[in-house]
Amino acid sequence: MQQLIEKLIGPAFKNPYLDERHDGAVIKLNGAKLAFTTDSYVVHPLFFPGGDIGELAVNGTVNDLAMCGARPLFLSVALILEEGLPMETLWRVVRSMQQAAAQAGVQLVTGDTKVVDKGKGDGIFINTAGIGGIEHDAAISPRSVKPGDLILLNGDVGRHGIAIMAVREGLSFESEIESDCAPLAHLVLRLLDEGIEVHCLRDLTRGGLSSALNEIAQTASVGVAIDERRIPVRQDVQGACEILGLDPLYVANEGRFIAFVAPSDGERALQIMQSDPLGQDACLIGEVLGEPEGVVMLKSQIGANRILDMLSGEQLPRIC
Amino acid sequence: MKFIDEYRDAKAAHRYARAIARMTKKTWTIMEVCGGQTHAIVKFGVDELLPKEITLVHGPGCPVCVTSVELIDKAIEIASRHEVIFCSFGDMLRVPGTGKDLLSVKAHGGDVRIVYSPLDSLKIARENPAKEVVFFAVGFETTAPANAMAVYQAHQQRIENFSMLVSHVLVPPAMEAILSSPANRVQGFLAAGHVCTVMGYKEYEPIARKYHAPIVVTGFEPLDILQGVYMCVKQLEEGRFEVENQYTRSVRREGNQPAQQLIREVFRVVPRKWRGVGEIAHSGLGLNPKYERFDAEQRFGVTLHTVEESSECISGLILQGIKKPHECPAFGTRCTPEHPLGATMVSSEGACAAYHRYRRLRVPEGTRIGQKS
Repeated sequence: MQQLIEKLIGPAFKNPYLDERHDGAVIKLNGAKLAFTTDSYVVHPLFFPGGDIGELAVNGTVNDLAMCGARPLFLSVALILEEGLPMETLWRVVRSMQQAAAQAGVQLVTGDTKVVDKGKGDGIFINTAGIGGIEHDAAISPRSVKPGDLILLNGDVGRHGIAIMAVREGLSFESEIESDCAPLAHLVLRLLDEGIEVHCLRDLTRGGLSSALNEIAQTASVGVAIDERRIPVRQDVQGACEILGLDPLYVANEGRFIAFVAPSDGERALQIMQSDPLGQDACLIGEVLGEPEGVVMLKSQIGANRILDMLSGEQLPRIC
Repeated sequence: MKFIDEYRDAKAAHRYARAIARMTKKTWTIMEVCGGQTHAIVKFGVDELLPKEITLVHGPGCPVCVTSVELIDKAIEIASRHEVIFCSFGDMLRVPGTGKDLLSVKAHGGDVRIVYSPLDSLKIARENPAKEVVFFAVGFETTAPANAMAVYQAHQQRIENFSMLVSHVLVPPAMEAILSSPANRVQGFLAAGHVCTVMGYKEYEPIARKYHAPIVVTGFEPLDILQGVYMCVKQLEEGRFEVENQYTRSVRREGNQPAQQLIREVFRVVPRKWRGVGEIAHSGLGLNPKYERFDAEQRFGVTLHTVEESSECISGLILQGIKKPHECPAFGTRCTPEHPLGATMVSSEGACAAYHRYRRLRVPEGTRIGQKS
C-alpha cells in the first residue's frame, strides 16, 4: 500500500497538501484553517464484538481529522449496498452511524447511495469524508517531528484486529475480545487546549503501531527508538497473537494513536492522557533520534536492540 | 501473559547469559535446527547476549523455505484451475515459484484460501461438493499428524473431492546431511522442540553418537533457547555428546505415540528435494499406496519439470550452517523479502528474511531507549 502511494498515487496527483503524507489535508480557506479527509470501510464481518462497520466508518474518519489536530465538524457518507442486503442489517448500521456521530459531535450533512448486483459487493461498503476546523497554530505533521521528541501511546494495542480475526476464524477465548473502536478527537483536543506542544499525531489503524512509526520516521527523516516492554498488550490479545502467529505491533487498532510531543511537555501530556477514559493506560513508549534516518529501533523484551520493520503486505499466519 | 512472559524475562535471560559466558572456554558453533527458533533468536536478540566464543548458525528447519520451486509451481498450476479451491497455511502464499506466487493466483481470480488446520480444508470440501478442494501439506514432523488426520478422515468419510499436495520433510536426515558434509562446521545442535513433541528424541541418539555432536531438544522462547545453548555448551566443554531434553514441559523421549501411528498409517518415507540444498534421501513423506487417490499431483496430472535456482544465491550454504546471511553479497541489495533470490529469503522464518527484517542496521551506540520515564 505504501509503495502504491509512493510510486503511483503520490506522483500522479502531486501537490503540497498530498506531499505532507498525513492522515488528512490541512487547507486554508478565506482565513479559516480546515482539515479534510476521506476513508473507505470494507470490514468483514459487518458486525463484530465492540463495534460494526457503521461505527467504524464514523470514528475512522473522525480520528483522521483528529490526527490533523482538527475538531471534526461535518461528514459525508456514501453507501454501496449489495443487492439482497437485508433491510434490518442496513437499519442497524445506520443507527450505529447515527449514535457514533452524536458521540463524536459531528453531523452527517451529505451523502449518496448505490446498489450493486449480488456478488459484486460484500454486503455494505461505506465511504465517509470529513471536514474539521483547526483552532490553533500548531503544525501537526510528520515533518514537524524533531530529534528529542517523546512518543506517547494512549493504551493497549492489537484489540480491534484480533476481535475481527477471532470472528472470522471462529476462535473463542475465555472472555470476548472487543474492538477498541472509539472517537479520539476530544482527547487530542484536550492535549492541544492544555497547550501541549504536539508535533505529530497518528492513529494506529491498518499495519498497527509499527507501520505508523515507520511511516513517520521515513517522512520526517528521523530515527525512532521504542521499548517493547512499555507497550501495553492485553493478555488475551497476546495469547491470540501467539496462537495465530501474529505480532500485536502490526495488528490494527481503531481507538489508539501515538503523539509526538516536545520533550519538556512529555510528563504533562502523559498525565492529561491518563486522566481520560480513552487514555487510562497511556504510556511513554520511546523517543525520536537524529539517526538512523527512516528507521525504527526497538529494545526487545530481553533488552536487545533490533529493527522494527514495516511489513510488506498483510501479516500472514505462520505454519508453526 | 501466563507462560509466555515468564520465558521472556530479561533478568533471567541475562543470568543465563552470564552462566554460559562463565562456562565457555573454547569456541563453539551451534546450530538451531528450526526456523521458529531462528526467528526468536534474531527477533529477541538472544545471540547478542552470548559470549563471542559461541556462534549460532541457522539450520534448514523452515518448511516454507525448503519447499522446492517445482512443488510451488505445481501448487500454482493446480490453484489456477477453475474447479479448484486451494487451501494453504498463510506463509506459503507469498513464496515465489518460477514466475509467480499463490497470492497472485488469488489476485487473478483463483480461489486460494488460508486455513489454520488441514481439517478446515476438509470442511470446505464437504461444503463444496462440486469443487475440488486441495490442501498444500507443507511442514516437518510437527504438522504431519494433523495432515495425516485430514487424509485419514477423507478416506473414512469418503470425501472424494479432497486431495493433498504433499511436501513433507523430515528433520533427522537433514541433520545427518549437514554433519556428514566435508564443509561442516556445526559442533552441536538445538533440536526443534515441537518436532520432538511428536516424534520424541530416540531417533536422534544414534546421530549424536555417530557424529560426536551433542543434541539438545529445545523450545522456542528466549529463555528456552538460552537454556538449550547452556546445556549444549556444557556438553561440548565436558566432551560429551548426548541427546538431552530442555523442553521437558512438552517433550517425552517416546514422543506422541498415537500421532506417530497415524503418520505411519497415512505416509511413507520418500526422497525429497529441498530448495537451496537439493535432494536428500529418506527426507520426505509421501502418501501410502492405500491413500494415493488423495494425491493431488496424481489427480491433476501436474507435469514434472526441473527448475534452475539462482546461481548467485548461497542459501544452501546458509541452511547447512556454513555461511551467515550478511556474508552474501546479494543480501539486502539484489535479494530482499520483496524480491527473494532463494530459499532463506522467501519466508519470514528464513534466516536471511529474519536478518533482513531485524538486523539490516546496527543500533547506534548510546541509543537511550527506555532511560526516560
